[in-house]
Amino acid sequence: MPVRFEVNGKTVEVEVEPRMTLADCLRHKLRLTGTHLGCEHGVCGACTVLVDGAAVRSCLMLAVQAEGAKVVTVEGLSNDADLTPLQKSFRKHHALQCGFCTPGMITTAHALLSEEPDCDAARVREVLSGNLCRCTGYISIVEAVLDARAAYRRKEQV
Amino acid sequence: MRTVNSFIGSSIERLEDLRFLRGRGQYVDDVARKDMLHAAILRSSVAHGRIRGIDTAAARALAGVHSVITARDIGNRVPRVPMRLQPLPDFEPFGQPVIAETKVRYVGEAIALVLADSAAVAEDALALIDVDIESLPAVADRHASAKNESLLFEEQGTNCAIKFRAVRSDAASAFKDAPYIRRESFRTARHMALPMEPRGLLAEWDAARGKLTVSGGAKVLFFNRRTLAKQLGLAESAIEIVENDVGGGFGARGEFYPEDFLIPFAARHAGRPVKWTEDRREHLMCMNHAREAECDVEIACTHDGTILGLRGHAYVDVGAYMRTNGAVGARNVAQFMSGPYRIPNIDIDVALQLTNKTPVGTYRGPGRFETDFFRERFFDMVAKDLGLDRVEFRRRNLVARHEIPYQIATITPFESKDEFDSGDYHATLDRCLAEIGWAEKSRLAGKLIDGRYHGLAVGCFIEGGAAGPKESARMVLEPDGMYAVYVGSSAIGQGLETAFAQIAADALEVPMERIKGVFHGTTSYVSDGYGAYHSRSVVMGGSAMLDAAEKLRAAIREEAAKRLGCAPSEVEIVDGSRAVGPAGKSVDLKGLSSDGIAAEGAFLNKKHTYTYGAHAAHVAVDPKLGHVELIDYVIVEDCGRAINPLTLHGQAIGSAVQGLGGAIMEHLIYDRDGQLLTGSLADYLIPTASDFPNIRAVVLEDHPSPINPLGAKGAGEGGIIAAGGVMANAVANALGVEPRQLPLTPSYIWELAQAKRPAT
Repeated sequence: MPVRFEVNGKTVEVEVEPRMTLADCLRHKLRLTGTHLGCEHGVCGACTVLVDGAAVRSCLMLAVQAEGAKVVTVEGLSNDADLTPLQKSFRKHHALQCGFCTPGMITTAHALLSEEPDCDAARVREVLSGNLCRCTGYISIVEAVLDARAAYRRKEQV
Repeated sequence: MRTVNSFIGSSIERLEDLRFLRGRGQYVDDVARKDMLHAAILRSSVAHGRIRGIDTAAARALAGVHSVITARDIGNRVPRVPMRLQPLPDFEPFGQPVIAETKVRYVGEAIALVLADSAAVAEDALALIDVDIESLPAVADRHASAKNESLLFEEQGTNCAIKFRAVRSDAASAFKDAPYIRRESFRTARHMALPMEPRGLLAEWDAARGKLTVSGGAKVLFFNRRTLAKQLGLAESAIEIVENDVGGGFGARGEFYPEDFLIPFAARHAGRPVKWTEDRREHLMCMNHAREAECDVEIACTHDGTILGLRGHAYVDVGAYMRTNGAVGARNVAQFMSGPYRIPNIDIDVALQLTNKTPVGTYRGPGRFETDFFRERFFDMVAKDLGLDRVEFRRRNLVARHEIPYQIATITPFESKDEFDSGDYHATLDRCLAEIGWAEKSRLAGKLIDGRYHGLAVGCFIEGGAAGPKESARMVLEPDGMYAVYVGSSAIGQGLETAFAQIAADALEVPMERIKGVFHGTTSYVSDGYGAYHSRSVVMGGSAMLDAAEKLRAAIREEAAKRLGCAPSEVEIVDGSRAVGPAGKSVDLKGLSSDGIAAEGAFLNKKHTYTYGAHAAHVAVDPKLGHVELIDYVIVEDCGRAINPLTLHGQAIGSAVQGLGGAIMEHLIYDRDGQLLTGSLADYLIPTASDFPNIRAVVLEDHPSPINPLGAKGAGEGGIIAAGGVMANAVANALGVEPRQLPLTPSYIWELAQAKRPAT
């Protein structure tokens, strides 16, 4: 069946089986492979995307449920010219190794900082505890997110 | 002016990050081909049984299904998964067929492969395959295994695959008149590497050219190509194995698994590209497991705490088959039980017992995590017995600087002798104590504060690295004046491209921007390669690059000499961009050769490097909830030479958190029938961002390794090795209990606390 929604600012119409998850639709139908699948049962958070601004596990949502929604993936939070302040902070703090969980970390952190640019370390840990990383031990990820807060505060003022 | 680089030793931000942070990494499941078929695998739901029949008719009839492959389709004798390391003839009878032939021996073993137009249809078809299995009694643990009542391989008459023995000097004599002897048993639970990216493969068969391309390779591409070539009856040159971005390795990914035969076979069988991506449940029951070990050992000491000897038995549950590197953990349990300590007399054997569980392989710090827990836990008990300070006990027995090179126990049957290469083990222990504030914090030991008992512990470790025999590198001066580096090493998410670019830039004396790329992704780049295992990439691949750079600079001088009309020895390469001859005549390296100039280098090595150090922990334990809060954790390690301190520090912290997972929470649980009960990430717990926020790592480079030109040592495993022993000792110190097993789950700690309470 057809489903119409917005991805990274562009309206798309895709033909999907009713059982297809949003994650599979993004990855395999729309070829947005930055969204990763680590468990397909909602635990690891690698597939996190923004749906109408909220961080959502795209493996637990059917593509047809995205009808009319605004979806943003890690690709939509990136540009060719330069890394964003959040991405720069991840790089500076070495907050990624294999990079597989990274898109989910970026989308989750972006949603958090957009809502709560003044969050403290405990809050960052609480929110990121739904995203599994096997490489970094998380300490550098938390530091990176905390360090990126300033950029989101400035954005708010604008 | 000649620039002298110092990229080595600098915290350079990673090159890889630019693509990973934008979602532009390309992992194998991100790759798609036109006309591609999707594979799904029917796996045994029975732990031990005899296959009576497989009916695939209904699955074949399903719309969208291309074919169904079982053992019968593969040929007379189904190929076996090889033993990559320690390929002793003893293991051959216990090899795993790449698809079940007559028996199934663990839950998750492949029985049939479905190829279909979509992954969803392939999975639908699995439900239509009817497999008739006669159940046999499952061998659920090493005790049942040793009884040999139910045999995994009836014709062998035993479930014991082999016994290794680690010997140093004469343990029997040492124990004969020893003033103090204690005997103890310890065990560690089965857990696994669990990289975040599940495994996947994409195989393409080009019938016209007779060429097979397999994407999704990792770790040991060249070994896997040799294996596959033999199994498929192809020349090695007809196969290319491609490594995409790899979402974590930790020892488990990249070994030759059954699917590494099945998917390429299917692609040739179907004449179309075939892709397979495992789901997390498959991953938990199919990727190599690790860590399930026990020991029953005795220690002999003098009253002043000098260790005289260590002897006894260890047992490793190796699962259903001997495959890939499944003997390494057991070997290390025996050979490294002495850790960095001077134990003059050792006699430890280890039995590799087969059970109806997933086969084991290496997981970061293989055998060392287990055996460090056994030893460090034992040491704290012994120090207490003897009325000695546990730090003093360790100091007294650590191998001293002047004793290095120090020979450790020799392992049989393959006579592997080994010695420590360099270091000051007392220095890292002292630094670790200073970092955690041992003297002050010791006052908290056993204190009850706000309902929780505080505990402290410290332990020492050594980490082996740099496995030989060889690594290769090729460097090219391109016509455009840029340099390209090709290596036989593999990237598994550890930041290899950045570290290697740093080494290459220093060796060539050029800015890093002149290194066009570090190319490592296929079996086509260099003539041979050995890959990424045993913390070997920097030492082996890095040293091979130094050799290649020297040869390339010689080749450049030779070519430039022709242009400059002088002898090569008169040419100086300046800034890696110009060749200057006598009287200031010079030629630009850009365009020096229209084909580029290439040189191959190699590094051969038979010895191992030994990174070493200490961990210390400060915990607060809630005796009612059994919860352990990690208040402070310090890792101090000396790895000889740091190429990139930023990424090395990340390795130390990351591996420590994995180790803490193994110490506190990770456990692959099976029931008595051999059913895996922890088949999802909701059941198999790994650390999250909120579990261990307080960890610090200090990486030193005071004692370079003498066995390679970089002075580097294999690193990245040190953070995991000591974690189990240190955490168990911290809990013991807090509660005054004696943990004898890992993980230290809330229920286990609660039980220990309850047992200690005086009866009312």
